[in-house]
Amino acid sequence: MAEVTRKGFVLRRTLLMAAYLVFVLLPIYWLVNMSLQSNSEILGELTLWPQQLTWANYARIFTDSSWYMGYVNSIIYVLMNMAISMAVALPAAYAFSRYSFIGDKHLFFWLLTNMMAPPAVFLLPYFQLYYTVGLFDTHIAVALAHCLFNIPLAVWILEGFMSSVPREIDETAFIDGYSFPRFFVRVFLPLIRSGIGVTLFFLFMFSWVELLLARTLTSTEAQPIASVMTRTQTASGIDWGTLAAAGVLTIVPGILVVFFVRHHIARGFALGRT
Amino acid sequence: MNKVRNNRAWWLILPMLALVAFSAIIPLMTVVNYSVQDVFDPHTRFFTGTEWFVQMLNDPSLQAALLRQFGFSLTILAIEVPLGIGIALLMPKRGWQASAVLILVTLPLLIPWNVVGSIWQIFTRGDIGLMGWSLREVGYAYNITSSPLDAWLTIVLMDVWHWTSLIALLCYSGLRAIPEAYYQAARIDRASRWAIFRYIQLPKLTNVLVIGVLLRFMHSFMIYAEPFVLTGGGPGNSTTFLSQSLAVMATAQFDVGPAAAFSLIYFLIILLVCWVFYTLIMNMQKDRVPGGDHG
Repeated sequence: MAEVTRKGFVLRRTLLMAAYLVFVLLPIYWLVNMSLQSNSEILGELTLWPQQLTWANYARIFTDSSWYMGYVNSIIYVLMNMAISMAVALPAAYAFSRYSFIGDKHLFFWLLTNMMAPPAVFLLPYFQLYYTVGLFDTHIAVALAHCLFNIPLAVWILEGFMSSVPREIDETAFIDGYSFPRFFVRVFLPLIRSGIGVTLFFLFMFSWVELLLARTLTSTEAQPIASVMTRTQTASGIDWGTLAAAGVLTIVPGILVVFFVRHHIARGFALGRT
Repeated sequence: MNKVRNNRAWWLILPMLALVAFSAIIPLMTVVNYSVQDVFDPHTRFFTGTEWFVQMLNDPSLQAALLRQFGFSLTILAIEVPLGIGIALLMPKRGWQASAVLILVTLPLLIPWNVVGSIWQIFTRGDIGLMGWSLREVGYAYNITSSPLDAWLTIVLMDVWHWTSLIALLCYSGLRAIPEAYYQAARIDRASRWAIFRYIQLPKLTNVLVIGVLLRFMHSFMIYAEPFVLTGGGPGNSTTFLSQSLAVMATAQFDVGPAAAFSLIYFLIILLVCWVFYTLIMNMQKDRVPGGDHG
């Protein structure tokens, strides 16, 4: 009897979980479905899967440089942002996790408030600031703008991971004669490897999905894929097939990244604090 | 953790501070500067003091946008938090299923926000979208371009689809941190499933839920790209939230003074709500556990 109810219970759990996954995947499936059809088939009869499978939409994106450069531009500024954020957040997070100093708590709180700033608030000043210093329409402009929310995030996550490393390790290393930079790179960074992986994942995620700032700070040279996609809206209606194919391709880098950090992601979402 | 008192740690903070100053303090000061001036052109400007702030606070369309924003944020929190906890409890804990489910659940979080809008735009179209088409087939006159209620519900559904994963993943990581011994003790005591959830799992989730609710509140308050692509803020103004009102004011109408004042009010509201919420939760925890928090 107990065995039966236990089995029923497991079955119900599995069914509920499957129902949620269907809910998550259905809109994505529909996008993939659209991307493999021609526009005439999309606008004709509604079909649950492509009747005449076509790769033409993807071919258009991969052969037209104004399309695929959108992806390249996005990836360039995301990578730049990850490098910049990591470089300045690592020492800062170390300082917050190991030392107390004048104004540390206030500084940390102020840092976090930057994550709460709506990008729309900074739209106009960013535009003017980057225009004035001659950075408008460059990759580095978007990378720097995304630092607004990514640096606080990186410091926050890294601080959590670093605080879980006992400080006796630091002291032992210094007694053994390690200089600070050598200790930091050789001893400390390997210890928080998973934290660094998770942080990079989050930096990628928030920089990759942001649209408003990326679109405002660029026009042609560094145009992100998000704004290239608006080109599918033409006078003769929306080019659904290309829009769908472009959308599918924006999901791919995310899947690759999450695959690499899948073992650490659970802990990472708790910001190293569980 | 006992920290060493050392003011030289400021040197480690300095590079970060310089960068954040460039990308946060300078722009914020520009906003403050604009908010107290009337700018006609780069050479003609007047000091207006608090005039723009008073005007913005009394603007009926912005008050309406603010109310819609609060309504929206509270609705999605009320759905996403319980649903996220439920999903986290259902997620498999080990084996290849755990990895597979984890990746699938994370998927919506990694899609650019405008693409999320596009996905739902395609999905909900009455002619080519699965959901829109199905709803019409069962006899419901579903139309997000003319019915404000449909548009609003669709945006809520889209947000639930997009962000429940975040709460679920946070809770999942919180649940994994509970030692197996706790569950064994509960089994010996013949505790009910509800009792296990209420007295073992939920207390362990408080920390991650605080992070989750704060993040969700912040992000839902800044929502821009998804409704912009899906409904364009319409029909009428029914799905125009604060960011969109602000973006229109700042870039399309170029009313920098009022837009700047509005920006500051907007930012302060978010800070205030987050601070109140954080303080409330921290005090509640202190009351419940005598002798400080166990986080």
